[in-house]
Amino acid sequence: MNLEIKRIETDFLIIGGGAAGCYAALTFCRESDENVLIIEKADIVRSGCLAAGVNAINAYIAPGRTAQDYVDYAKADADGIVRGDLLLTMSERLNKTVKEIEKLGLTILKDKKGDYVTRGNRNIKINGENIKPIIARAVLEEPRVTVLNRVNAFEYIIDGNRIAGVYAFGVDHNVLYVISAKAVLCATGGAAGLYKPNHPSFSAHKMWYPPFNTGAGYAMGILAGAEMTTFEMRFIALRCKDTIAPTGTIAQGVGAKQINALGEVYEHKYGLTTSQRLHGTVVENLEGRGPCYLKTVGISKQQDEDLQKAYLNMAPSQTLRWIESGKTPSVENVEIEGTEPYIVGGHTASGYWVSTDRETTIKGLFAAGDVAGGCPQKYVSGAFAEGEIAAKASLKYIYDRRIEIDEGDIDKRKKQLEGFLNRTDSAYTVDQLECSMQDIMDKYAGGISMHYRYSDKSLKTANEKIIELEEKAKTLSARDMQELVYVFELLERLTVCKSVIAHLAARKETRWNSFAEHTDYPTKSNEWVKYINSRLENGEIRIIYRSIVEEGNIYEH
Amino acid sequence: MSIEIIKDKCIGCGRCFKVCPGTLISLGSDGKAEIKRPERCWGCTSCLKECPVQAIEMFLGEDIGGLGGRLTVCREQHLLHWKVRLPDGKETTITVDSRNSNKY
Repeated sequence: MNLEIKRIETDFLIIGGGAAGCYAALTFCRESDENVLIIEKADIVRSGCLAAGVNAINAYIAPGRTAQDYVDYAKADADGIVRGDLLLTMSERLNKTVKEIEKLGLTILKDKKGDYVTRGNRNIKINGENIKPIIARAVLEEPRVTVLNRVNAFEYIIDGNRIAGVYAFGVDHNVLYVISAKAVLCATGGAAGLYKPNHPSFSAHKMWYPPFNTGAGYAMGILAGAEMTTFEMRFIALRCKDTIAPTGTIAQGVGAKQINALGEVYEHKYGLTTSQRLHGTVVENLEGRGPCYLKTVGISKQQDEDLQKAYLNMAPSQTLRWIESGKTPSVENVEIEGTEPYIVGGHTASGYWVSTDRETTIKGLFAAGDVAGGCPQKYVSGAFAEGEIAAKASLKYIYDRRIEIDEGDIDKRKKQLEGFLNRTDSAYTVDQLECSMQDIMDKYAGGISMHYRYSDKSLKTANEKIIELEEKAKTLSARDMQELVYVFELLERLTVCKSVIAHLAARKETRWNSFAEHTDYPTKSNEWVKYINSRLENGEIRIIYRSIVEEGNIYEH
Repeated sequence: MSIEIIKDKCIGCGRCFKVCPGTLISLGSDGKAEIKRPERCWGCTSCLKECPVQAIEMFLGEDIGGLGGRLTVCREQHLLHWKVRLPDGKETTITVDSRNSNKY
């Protein structure tokens, strides 16, 4: 197979048309007369985390609360390892972004006075089934935005330490894209599929985090030498068993408590942070008091029906489960379990090390949403806020001279891709190597089967085995462009795995049980109140320690 | 969870493969949509909502305790009529109005 080369020039390139990317495009059009290009692996109408919809805006400043309250909450939940400057600048913009999306057509529940109805201090109730089509429509109506769907970015084009563009290829057409831009926003989402999932066979993928978010943005950044942060703060979700549907709607909606098999409420024994709620469930199971549940038996018929409706707006599989079994939440408590670990900067603090402006350590390259580190608990509205901050900050590069792209480099990338496409004798398949990677991460880097625990020795084994797999992955073959996407997704995940392992090994304490539980260092210590960052230098991951940045400060590289 | 495309109903309009976030659906040689990798579906139901003739059904795999129920959805302006059909033929319909918020 021979690839056609297509060259595209734009002013502001957005990689990934999810929540952060689409919002950034809308912001950029308000602020500038220059052009925007979004490249998207799927189609922006339903791509990213919002495909099935969302049930609530989980990052919002309720009346009487302040942006600082939100910062304090996120900081406590992560036990101090967050960037105060990033959290505060995000929190200050949350409510405004929600208002903007409401103007585009999002339904938000209001009281008689016309105020939003809040759920606790940080949530508002919406009908978010169609939130992504609403945003996508607004983006597609902007005349200065071009959207290239089914185009997969795989490598940044860098000149010195300045971004020049990106290499990408068609998901369903034989084209190598060489895209030149003056500023680039990476908004590709987090990394799912690194670890063996709850159900490794037919139902491996489930509706809470896109399995198609494979860590492309992280991997491109790592390989380009960008500084990355806090990969050791993995995110493990506590979810409805089997369907892996979110539990917050039940817990907060009808006030359901976490109970063990003896009917005891156990959540207060372990603490109420995100990692403690999960860890408590792990320990209850290990000590013979599982399975664990959300106590829903006894809720009213109305509440039961409302929950069934609410799940149709974000995780329809859970409603299907309830109806086909006849065991709706008022009849049977909802069993809960932890997922495999994910790397996702919208929940925890993993991702690019960015300035307060969301610029990465590569000049002209910005990050927003799940790929941007240091700013956990951002959820949908926080991704919007970061998209806005990054889009505004990108303007300083928009009038720069365009950087020429080296022809020899383009030819090298073409040969690299054609190498996979024209090879016919690979000893392995992507699926085999993916399974193997997930098994290695599960057993040696703290997956579900090890109750999320690991040691220095196990991490060393994990690293050696992942490196062996990487060598095998280089010999894979792809019969078409879609298979080429699968090859690159695997390579990206392997790159991210190595960084996760290095970060887990570097934090020699246990600050967050389950999220990063190091059996050689089972307690936390004040000397580790610092960020663990890393950068790839001459093929080696170098760990960098940095001191905590508080809110009120502006951080520049 | 995954989907099945009911070939007799499919009109080959292509709307489902446009929206699938995993690019899992394509046009088969018979001119009808087909899911290439059913085990890679995550059950987001984007394709169910796009299909104009309800030719796509979602189900829970047996490995997560699926019992053979089939979920379909029909859009009528701002209303989404979700229907679960059980193996014994019994049906349950839940209608969600996009102009109303979730209660929770």
